[in-house]
Amino acid sequence: MIEIAWGHFTPWSALAGGIIIGLSATAFILLNGRIAGISGILGGLLTPQKRDVLWRVAFLAGMLAAPLLWMMIAELPAIEIKASYPALIVAGLLVGIGTRYGSGCTSGHGVCGLSRLSVRSLTATLTFMAAGFITVYIIRHLIQGA
Amino acid sequence: MKFNLASFGAGLLFGLGLLVSGMANPEKVLGFLDIAGQWDPSLAFVMAGAILVGLFAFTVAKKRTMSFLGFDMRLPASDRLDKRLVVGSVLFGAGWGLAGFCPGPGLVALGAGKTGALVFVVAMIAGMGLFEVVEKNRAAK
Repeated sequence: MIEIAWGHFTPWSALAGGIIIGLSATAFILLNGRIAGISGILGGLLTPQKRDVLWRVAFLAGMLAAPLLWMMIAELPAIEIKASYPALIVAGLLVGIGTRYGSGCTSGHGVCGLSRLSVRSLTATLTFMAAGFITVYIIRHLIQGA
Repeated sequence: MKFNLASFGAGLLFGLGLLVSGMANPEKVLGFLDIAGQWDPSLAFVMAGAILVGLFAFTVAKKRTMSFLGFDMRLPASDRLDKRLVVGSVLFGAGWGLAGFCPGPGLVALGAGKTGALVFVVAMIAGMGLFEVVEKNRAAK
C-alpha cells in the first residue's frame, strides 16, 4: 500500500510552480517558436552553430538568475542535497548522457512533449519516471534498508 | 535581440517556477520517486499545472508557422519510438533517482550557490560532451 507523506505534501505551491513553468514554456514556444527543453538548450552549446549560441546562454542565464533574484526579495526555499559527491558525479554523467541520447528530460519530454500530446514524449516520460522509481527503490529500500 | 530577451525571460520564469514548486529541492523530488516509502505526491501537481497551461500554448503553436515575435515555429517532427529514446530515458531516470536532480533544478540549485549542484552540473555537461564524442565517432565510421 502506498503511504502518503502528508507532512511533506504541498499541492498548492506545487500546482502554482507548475503553472509558472507552464507559462514559461508557453512564452518560449509562442514568442520564440522553440521548445523549453533544458537538456536540449544546454546540450546544443557543446556543438555551437552560428547564431544559435546567444539565446541558449540567455535562457540558461535566466535560470541561474532566478534564485539570485529570489534571494533579493525573500529567503530561498530549502534545497537539500543529500547525495555524496561520487553519487552526484555518477548522477550527472547519467543525466547528461541519457538526456542527449533520449533527446530530452523532464522539461522537453515531460512538460512540453506531453502538452503537445506526443506519444514519443509520453514513452520517454513513462520510461524515465519508471527508472527513477526503481532507482530510488533500490537505493532506499534494498541497499540502505538492508 | 528580442529573441534573446525572451529567452532570458523564459529561463528566469522557468527557474522561479522550479523554486515555487519545490522541484529545485532534490529531497522533494526523491520524496516523489520513493513510492515504497512515505510518498510525497506533490510533483505530480507540478506536472499537472505545467501541462494544463502547456496544452493551450501548444494547441495555438501547432496552428502557426510563425511565432508571435515573427520567428519560425520549430516543433519536433519525430514521432519515432526507438531504442535511443528508451535507453536514453532509462539512463536519465537512473541518474535522476540517484541524486534527485534533473537538468533544470540542477542549474537553479547551482544559481543558489550549492556546491553539490556545481558537482552535478559539471558532471552533466561532461556526460553531454561524452555523448557528442561518441556520436561523432559513430558518424565517422
